[in-house]
Amino acid sequence: MANAFESTGKKTLDYLEYLGSLNIQWWATLRAMPVALPLVGNRHRWRAAVDQTLDIGVKALPMIALLAMCSGFILAMQGASELRRFGALHYVIDLVAVGFTRELGPLITAIAVSGRSGSAFAAEIGTMRVTEEIDALKVMAFEPVEFVLAPKYVGALIAVPCLTVISNFFGILAGGLFMLFSTHLAPLLYFHYVLASIELRDIVTGMIKSLAFATIIVQVGCLEGLRVRGGSDAVGRSTTTAVVRSTFLVIVADAIFTAIFYSIGKM
Amino acid sequence: MSIISVRDLVVEYEGRRILDGVNLDVEQGEIMVLLGGSGSGKSTLLRQILGLERPKSGNISVNGTDITNCSQSELNKTRRSLGVAFQSGALFNSLSVKDNIALNLREHTALAPSIIDLMVWMKLAVVGLAEFGDLHPRELSGGMRKRAAVARALALDPEILVLDEPSAGLDPIVAGELDELILFLKDALQITALVVTHELASAFRIADRIAMLFNGRLLEVGTKEEIRASRHPAVTKFLNRTAVNPVHAPAVAAYLERYVQNQGAKS
Repeated sequence: MANAFESTGKKTLDYLEYLGSLNIQWWATLRAMPVALPLVGNRHRWRAAVDQTLDIGVKALPMIALLAMCSGFILAMQGASELRRFGALHYVIDLVAVGFTRELGPLITAIAVSGRSGSAFAAEIGTMRVTEEIDALKVMAFEPVEFVLAPKYVGALIAVPCLTVISNFFGILAGGLFMLFSTHLAPLLYFHYVLASIELRDIVTGMIKSLAFATIIVQVGCLEGLRVRGGSDAVGRSTTTAVVRSTFLVIVADAIFTAIFYSIGKM
Repeated sequence: MSIISVRDLVVEYEGRRILDGVNLDVEQGEIMVLLGGSGSGKSTLLRQILGLERPKSGNISVNGTDITNCSQSELNKTRRSLGVAFQSGALFNSLSVKDNIALNLREHTALAPSIIDLMVWMKLAVVGLAEFGDLHPRELSGGMRKRAAVARALALDPEILVLDEPSAGLDPIVAGELDELILFLKDALQITALVVTHELASAFRIADRIAMLFNGRLLEVGTKEEIRASRHPAVTKFLNRTAVNPVHAPAVAAYLERYVQNQGAKS
């Protein structure tokens, strides 16, 4: 019994320690971020940030568009099969439009980016640790936070919200296609209904979520990479942990944000 | 006034004492070789001198700055007077050899690109890699990678060159070439060099003075002749390559005999 308490306590402490280091790293990245911005920052860091934006954003575009279309269809079909019984098929439009802008758009994007880029960050930084490249950066008087983390974070903060908008668009487009084929609803009319059903608030909360998710993915991926000790097996483990932990934290954060927005919305 | 001076350095990892009261002085313009077996603490001492880790107690001054007790900006300033070639080379894999060397020049100086190109070419020519600048580190052989790492270390014309195991993992001819390169650099540039190695031949070829490290303590510091004449048992053992845990032949024979008898009894 005492053992169970002991191990629970240790696990809890480990988790708190992890969240603590995540926050410290985030703070350090925020302070280093200006160097990766255009005009005010360092030219080389900004160029790296642009590369990261393209890498995280543009290359993930086809995948996220397809994922969003599939999810849009699924949501519309599942919704329609229930709503049809109440003669409320037109509510499918609200379901898809509101569901995507508030929830599914940011979440699908975050999960895809975490799988694609979060793991890549962990692998890249982990390998740099194993091959002493991080130490080399330090002795060459470069701050790894400025050199490696800040461009990735700036890149993600630009790319993830853009991807979220695209994912919203494709999800809603899929809903429109479903309505077109099942009820012959004219596309223009569909978009008119969509615009009537979503408010600015839905879009803003979705964007806030996507910025938070980008933060989680970059910070978890980089922290896992920086924590690599030993050889190439540790790099492999770090990529897995990066994806598992960032997906987990993204969903927890999503629940917290949704709860907050829900309680604000009721007031 | 010595260029590197280490005073009463104590380093512990998780309660284990790695370095125990190390005192070392490196004079301007000499090649100091840190000699020691695996686990003697020589890599730890090197990481301390580079300011990558903080000691438990003691002081290290490099070029007049106490790096155990200074701000990050002072540390970075001191680091610019150091050129470091890591054991694995630690070249940045995403950059070509040329860009690896140009990185420091581009970011820490305000030189024109054409001057930087010329300087990079000169550094590459010094280490004999002038025609390999456009290759990526992964396309180089082990010896070439180490030479490229030396070229990168020389990029900012450092006062102190630090080499971690320059000849480890190289065949005798390439290792010999690297030794000649180090001697050439000393003569041509009047550079101070701190070389960590466990290779006796290389140590006695290049050293002005040798510091012999054993179990976290400095046993002897002196010229080649003084080290050769040392009567310290651990030093003579290391120099004569006497096994500390020799294979005990009679015990092995007795074990094999018993094993054969047991096998005979079974069948």
